[in-house]
Amino acid sequence: MSAVFDEKIHATLADTKLQLAIYTATGRLIEKRRKAITPDLCPDYQELRSHANDVKRHTIEHLDYYLEEFEAKVTAHGGTVVFCKDGEEVADFVLSLAKERRAQLIVKSKSMTTEEVDLNERLEHHQLEAVETDLGEYLIQLAHERPYHIVAPALHKTREQVADLLSAKLGVPREIIIEKQTMIARAVLREKFLAADIGISGANFLVADSGAVVLVENEGNARLTTSAPKIHIAIAGIEKLIPRAQDLAVFLKLLGRSATGQPLTVYTSFLSGPRRGGEIDGPDEFYVVLLDNGRTKVLADREKRESLYCIRCGACLNHCPVYRKIGGHSFPWVYSGPIGAILTPQFLGVNHEPGLPFASSLCGACAEVCPVKIDIPKILLELRSEVKKAEEREGSSRLERLAFRMWAWTMRHPRIYEMAGMAAASLAPSSDGRGWVKSLPSAMSPPPVRAWLSQRDLPPPPPKSFRQMWRER
Amino acid sequence: MSREHVLHKVRTALARSTGQPIEEPPPVRLRVPVVDLEDRIKSFCERVEALAGKAHRATSDSDARAYVAGVLAGRSAVASNAPILRESGVAALDGVVTGITDRLELRSLCENAACGITAADYALADTGSLVMLASPQEARMISLLPPMHIAIVARDRLLTGLDELLSILPYPAEQTSSMVLITGPSRTADIEQILVRGVHGPGEIHVVVI
Repeated sequence: MSAVFDEKIHATLADTKLQLAIYTATGRLIEKRRKAITPDLCPDYQELRSHANDVKRHTIEHLDYYLEEFEAKVTAHGGTVVFCKDGEEVADFVLSLAKERRAQLIVKSKSMTTEEVDLNERLEHHQLEAVETDLGEYLIQLAHERPYHIVAPALHKTREQVADLLSAKLGVPREIIIEKQTMIARAVLREKFLAADIGISGANFLVADSGAVVLVENEGNARLTTSAPKIHIAIAGIEKLIPRAQDLAVFLKLLGRSATGQPLTVYTSFLSGPRRGGEIDGPDEFYVVLLDNGRTKVLADREKRESLYCIRCGACLNHCPVYRKIGGHSFPWVYSGPIGAILTPQFLGVNHEPGLPFASSLCGACAEVCPVKIDIPKILLELRSEVKKAEEREGSSRLERLAFRMWAWTMRHPRIYEMAGMAAASLAPSSDGRGWVKSLPSAMSPPPVRAWLSQRDLPPPPPKSFRQMWRER
Repeated sequence: MSREHVLHKVRTALARSTGQPIEEPPPVRLRVPVVDLEDRIKSFCERVEALAGKAHRATSDSDARAYVAGVLAGRSAVASNAPILRESGVAALDGVVTGITDRLELRSLCENAACGITAADYALADTGSLVMLASPQEARMISLLPPMHIAIVARDRLLTGLDELLSILPYPAEQTSSMVLITGPSRTADIEQILVRGVHGPGEIHVVVI
């Protein structure tokens, strides 16, 4: 585990307000999901999950076919598909289009994919203003932070913090009532929508047989982003494809329920190309950016390919006992929680944060709630083994290997094992009164032992060893 | 840009070759229950109300007109060019502007109007959703910019739910560049999970079933 990861975790654990905020918000989301999938409201929930898994597996296994079908359909409707291998290409594309069209202002609706490639920073660097319009995203953009949660980006912010943020950044009087805070943001963003030259959205699904981008949301900002400006650019990972519009009957039911407990979100937009002849409004230009950025690397790994089935509902975060304690910002990349723990090492390499696959109790809650049945614990285990192999290659675990060799030698010599046991028992400190040893005298506690004990309590040594009891029987 | 590069990497990862045919995809899963019209209407209205919208069952065109006039209470409105608004006389109510076909004119009207009045191509009984297809009759902004949205739906447009919609409309993209399902008023819960309505879209929604 890196020092930064460790530090962020401890800072989050020590912040009682933050702990309460995470616990309450995720708790509510758990409750909402639970109520939405009860057998009387959603009798075929488990069947839907299995079907969604089948459809996703099929799509991912034949991804090249569906990418080309999607591209052909978008083109037939007058849109353009742009393949990008990384974030730099995405930014280059947006920048050159903006330059050609003399665009100044970009409005954005929530997209984890653009967070992944730091699009806003790249555009800002070229003096292009890109404004997030989802309320939570807008707040974290004002605060220069990363989303705390896939679905609820400002989950960690209290109304007091929002009041300070809005008054500091917008120069408005400090407002503590959430309804009024929302209306302040609405007024600012309404101006932006009406002035924007380009709207950038993500995509919840890309429908191959229709060439359509599907967006789900509750606020209406995605509708405004995709229909007010003259240019709409949707930016999505290549794994977002589903074969047919009719498959939405399965995926939309699962996504809303798993994310926020809604049978359908307030707005579901099915967008296929620029406005057509006769249509009164809508964009004149329609682009879909299909991003690789490491996805083909994941695709090449048969065992872990299923990581790409993810529909970003956030249910695994809410149900994860680790996420609920350490929060979203402790995670080293934009994707947090169990899905972040399996995506980050696969996209950025296991060395990026070797501690990540180990930050899990493998309780399996994530796999149980995943609407597309990704076996997250299995993938975590495989990643753990990859981290260990990488460490061996680099020799960074020399100390650990020495320790295990000594241990093995001791275990093979019964006399020495017994003596070592007696020595340890006589040296060990007594317990804390509740039956646990929580620390060792510093002489016996070199840094590796101290780190190990910082997360664990030891049972005190028994008064007699098993061998002694056996002899005295 | 990187079209060939990305597609090549995808094919290599999957050990597939260019133009290789695919296996049959899993069958489409659509379940359309049989629900009689009266129950569909009842369920739809209940769902709309549960989402904090208002649902009104109009017994006649004049009843629909009276309801809309009552909701507007003299405030300004923009109505779409849908035939049902003309036929029912809703589009001819005082203070209602209709018949706009110019994008900029429509947008500036919608920016300032208190209410947008539209039809709905379909309505979904099990979720209380309106299904809106963009067309020369229906612009996108009318149900989006004004703080209030009134939709007039003919009762024979009431479907059981999403599965039925997708079974009668398997290729929405063949008909429109934009199909939107609207399920209740615009809302957010991004600050402390407190529900606030009308954040970007309309905070108030009325559905009149004729």
